[in-house]
Amino acid sequence: MKTILFIEDESALQKTVGDVLSDEGYKVLSALDGEAGLRLAKGKTPNLILLDLVLPKLTGFEVLEKLQADEKTKRIPVIVLTNLENLQDVQRATELGATTYLVKANYELAEVVEKVKTALRE
Amino acid sequence: MDLLHLNDELNIVGQAKKYGIPLWQHPQFLFLVMGVIIILSSTLSYFIGRRYITDPEVVALFVIVLTLVLLVLAFIIAKSFEKLAEASRLKSEFIGIVSHQLRSPLSNMKWIAELLASGKNNHKQEEYFQMLQENSTRMQELINDLLMVSRIEEGGLALKKKEFALQDSLSEVISSLQPMIRAANIILKVETEGNPPKVFADPRQMHQVLDNLLENAIKYTGRTKDAVLKDGARDRTVTIRLKKEARHLRCEIEDRGVGIPQEDKKYIFQKFFRSTNALRHETQGSGLGLYIANSIVKSSGGKMGFRSKEHKGSTFWFTLPIARQ
Repeated sequence: MKTILFIEDESALQKTVGDVLSDEGYKVLSALDGEAGLRLAKGKTPNLILLDLVLPKLTGFEVLEKLQADEKTKRIPVIVLTNLENLQDVQRATELGATTYLVKANYELAEVVEKVKTALRE
Repeated sequence: MDLLHLNDELNIVGQAKKYGIPLWQHPQFLFLVMGVIIILSSTLSYFIGRRYITDPEVVALFVIVLTLVLLVLAFIIAKSFEKLAEASRLKSEFIGIVSHQLRSPLSNMKWIAELLASGKNNHKQEEYFQMLQENSTRMQELINDLLMVSRIEEGGLALKKKEFALQDSLSEVISSLQPMIRAANIILKVETEGNPPKVFADPRQMHQVLDNLLENAIKYTGRTKDAVLKDGARDRTVTIRLKKEARHLRCEIEDRGVGIPQEDKKYIFQKFFRSTNALRHETQGSGLGLYIANSIVKSSGGKMGFRSKEHKGSTFWFTLPIARQ
């Protein structure tokens, strides 16, 4: 079974996205802040990381940076799932190694699941 | 200022682009233009002076005085433009934060609704509906707060001041927060000295101030199950004190909760600021409550302040003018 790490501080999203992904047969690990997320990423080496950018303790950007700096986590694909849509934010996240950048408000839940599936197939 | 930073500061065109202001509004650019004008006019006045005035001391004085006047003028103009640019930058920053804050509950609701409509996970429906409700309440509260902020900024906080007993508002607030107090196992104490005098303020707005302060005290005492609470923060007492001062009535709300870290203290009354204390993540908030409360108290002729120690608790206090007998 493939494992997805979901780093997001909104409990409502942890629940909805978590439920949908579990229904699809993935094992979902959830982290409510950047620090816990990074710890899980290093400890459990998931197949994919879904990452919010506005997070307590460590921001999503910092998490991306630290994931890139570690050989163990460097190759894990990261989908950024956020409500920030400044061009600068998108550029920065992509430069820091995010594979896909999704703005929550512009996507249906089903589309997010599709993106996850595609990223896991590649 | 290091060199890299200096280079950034000197890149006027880049900066103007970054803050989205036209070049002629950029303070550094204006300063440069003013500088050139000053040098030109000083040189010119020197030559004119030498030609028409014989005493070299008078020429020198003339040039110096003229340069000084121009310099002061330039400084004033550049300063006012700087303020303008700052205000416009703050405004777009504000819009950015607001839309992000509104978007979060909205996108939550959208996805929850999508889940409900899909008909999957029927056994979890009740939970989803509850989440829907929580998120719409959150959005409504945020919009109310934002309307309040815009009224404050326009200077249009229409206060309907009258004489009333603050302890009456307090009892109302306490009874409306009763479910929250019970759920959090809070021991609430109200201490009043004698019979507190009536105050002169807007009872409805003061209701909001008391509600905000008391809710914060309860929220930041934390739930018993929160593992982050240090031993010192296990005391679940919230104490409210009403004290008469010379011309004011002082109200204090003291909790023994997580407190505010030293480095956050100076920002606590700024809008959108939320302290990075131990419970930041477990609690919801727009960061507007204390900004609004402070503005209401200020325009009621009172003062607001606080003392706090991380892991030991916070005491927020405010004063209101006593009604004339």
